[in-house]
Amino acid sequence: MKKHTIVALVQDRPGVLSRVVGLIRRRGFNIESLAVGHSETPGVSRMTIVVEWEDVEQVVKQLYRLIEVLKVSDVTNDPTVEREMALMKLHAPPAKRPEIVALTEVFDAKIVDVGANTMVIEMTGSPAKVQNFIDVIRPYGIREMMRTGRIAMVRGARGHTAEEYVESANGHAERVPVAN
Amino acid sequence: MSEKRTGAQVMCEALIRNGVEVMFGIPGGAIMPFYYAMWDYRDKLRHVLCRHEQGAGHAAEGYARATGRLGVCIGTSGPGATNLVTAIADAMMDSTPILAITGQVASHVLGKDAFQETDITGITMPITKHNYLVKRAEDLPYVFEEAIYIATTGRPGPVLIDVTKDAQQATIVPDWNIKLDLPGYKPNYRPNLKQVREAIKLILSAKKPLIIAGHGVIMSGAVEELRAFAERTRIPVITTLHGIGAFPEDHPLSIGMPGMHGWVHVNRAIQECDVLFNIGGRFDDRVTGKASTFAPNAKVIHVDIDPSEIGKNVKVTVPIVADARLALQAFLNEFPPDREAFAELHGHASDWMEHIREMQAKHQPKQQYFNRADTENMSLPPHDVYAALTKALNSRGNYRVVTDVGQHQMWAAQLIDWYRPRTHITSGGAGTMGFALPAALGVAIACPNDTVWVICGDGGFQMTNQEMATIVQEGIKNVKVAVINNGYLGMVRQWQELFENKRYSGTPLSGPDFAKLAEAYYWKGITVEHTSQVEAAIEEAYATDGPVLIDFRVEREVNVFPMVPQNKSISEMILESPHKS
Repeated sequence: MKKHTIVALVQDRPGVLSRVVGLIRRRGFNIESLAVGHSETPGVSRMTIVVEWEDVEQVVKQLYRLIEVLKVSDVTNDPTVEREMALMKLHAPPAKRPEIVALTEVFDAKIVDVGANTMVIEMTGSPAKVQNFIDVIRPYGIREMMRTGRIAMVRGARGHTAEEYVESANGHAERVPVAN
Repeated sequence: MSEKRTGAQVMCEALIRNGVEVMFGIPGGAIMPFYYAMWDYRDKLRHVLCRHEQGAGHAAEGYARATGRLGVCIGTSGPGATNLVTAIADAMMDSTPILAITGQVASHVLGKDAFQETDITGITMPITKHNYLVKRAEDLPYVFEEAIYIATTGRPGPVLIDVTKDAQQATIVPDWNIKLDLPGYKPNYRPNLKQVREAIKLILSAKKPLIIAGHGVIMSGAVEELRAFAERTRIPVITTLHGIGAFPEDHPLSIGMPGMHGWVHVNRAIQECDVLFNIGGRFDDRVTGKASTFAPNAKVIHVDIDPSEIGKNVKVTVPIVADARLALQAFLNEFPPDREAFAELHGHASDWMEHIREMQAKHQPKQQYFNRADTENMSLPPHDVYAALTKALNSRGNYRVVTDVGQHQMWAAQLIDWYRPRTHITSGGAGTMGFALPAALGVAIACPNDTVWVICGDGGFQMTNQEMATIVQEGIKNVKVAVINNGYLGMVRQWQELFENKRYSGTPLSGPDFAKLAEAYYWKGITVEHTSQVEAAIEEAYATDGPVLIDFRVEREVNVFPMVPQNKSISEMILESPHKS
């Protein structure tokens, strides 16, 4: 099964996350990561979902059945910028710190907290780079880790603004009367 | 309209504004404010008190299926709401426009396990087209308008509105100046003409074309258009279980029902056809059998209003996302005007039809099922009931038939002659036993001038038979019930006989004396044990000015044939039992 990255524009209403997740759960797929937040347009959120899917096209179509879903794109094969952030609390006794500092510099990571025996590192980058850093740092002892899941944006002028979906909704669709 | 209203009054007025006249429900604590308000609107909003919320839900479905209008059902919070769940799921599977209104505990105790609190919006999320939790009375006018719009447009379906008790009680000045904001919901009704022309090219070049007509034809009111389309092209027409009535079965182009219990010649024709035009059907697995083996030679044209149906089960050559009626109108407009363009197609279609009729004559046509040699020694073969009922329906007219789920349902679909849309109402997708009697209650209210026949098994009938009381309380006289009583959960028993070596695990079923049960509910009850009594019993049902139940104690182990075993190709049909006794 192939890993897919799906980007969805959704109306920011209560329950919308639950509806999207429910549709994926129904087929017993596991969500690898899911990131949601406001888009450039008030009232519209953008989701990035990473899952292993067999028939992604069918699921994308079914996502469209959800009333609050405005646009769904499978960007797996598109040129995208993908980013993820991880926070790691490391076991960092004073003797180990110089090595850790050196590694964070190599990876462009940031040290955001230092305690008596711990350090918190913020690492942002492509999912591969984040994973790479985690692999390298793991031997020092990761006490806690948190990852945001990836967010993805299509490069160049392509992609979809939230506005075009909100503004094109002029009133509502026609109602076709039933004849018999 | 700037007067003060309670939330509950707003709910009533929103329903009236949207043309609702009847509601089916049961009151309870959290929905009491709505019932309090309803009393003032009782001239315009008729409330039908059901005996179980599942019955209320199915009644709303029956009302909707008989008329195409919105059906409304009501339950209180907690168990009242969860009892609606089966009917809501049923409506989702069969694209039935219903609105379920549930009371919810007051907003300040939400999520605190209050008495009769259940997260019904959470529960019904996957089985509704959309649902709402309303905590503020101010939101009610908009939510009702949007909910009813969503339920009744595009591909129709169930919508649930859960209203907290305090929102029903709060007093507000409702704002009826509503502009729907639904950027993510824009059903596409009009077909893409380029696709239509592409499809016409395919149709005109076909040698063995077939039309499959589904539920969408009936829901969109496309019956006339379908007939014109078929007559223009002379393509044979198949009607699915929910497509029954979309095309009259006495029409020379009608060939019958496909699928698991479809006719042999229909399934063979599907396997042989080169162009398959599916209008408003969803290629359900009970139609296709093993999907990868379905219509192997066919290029498929699929018209459906729901884009997610296209390509879901069967590979499609020309997809058309549109309302069935508007799509057929577009075809009729785009067809070449001259007769010559159709000459070749008509030639092929006529040879093809002849071939199908030959197959039909060879492989057990409908008539043979009425006079089979193996029913000779039976005192009451079920087929005799259907023969007599068909005769009565045809001679008296003005009928609706509501069937439940199981053997009796398939026999009804196979053996009764169907002519008109919305005369055959059944639970197809969900296969909900217990659907028929309560659904018939809704049908009877919607169609007071028709005789509403319920055909039901003894298993399914016992699941919701309490609605007999509702029918009496409402003064409904036009419901007649035929229980096809074989003392088994018959369809399961049939599978056990055919595929599990007669291991009748959990299928033998005892029931009450159904005629006495009916009498206890102030119905007329009749028991029939022999073919010779069938016609008289049906006559008596018609002659009785009130609801009647006939307990047809049919031969116990009769099977529905033909049959395609589950997940087998529709080429592999079983025509008779291998365990002949």
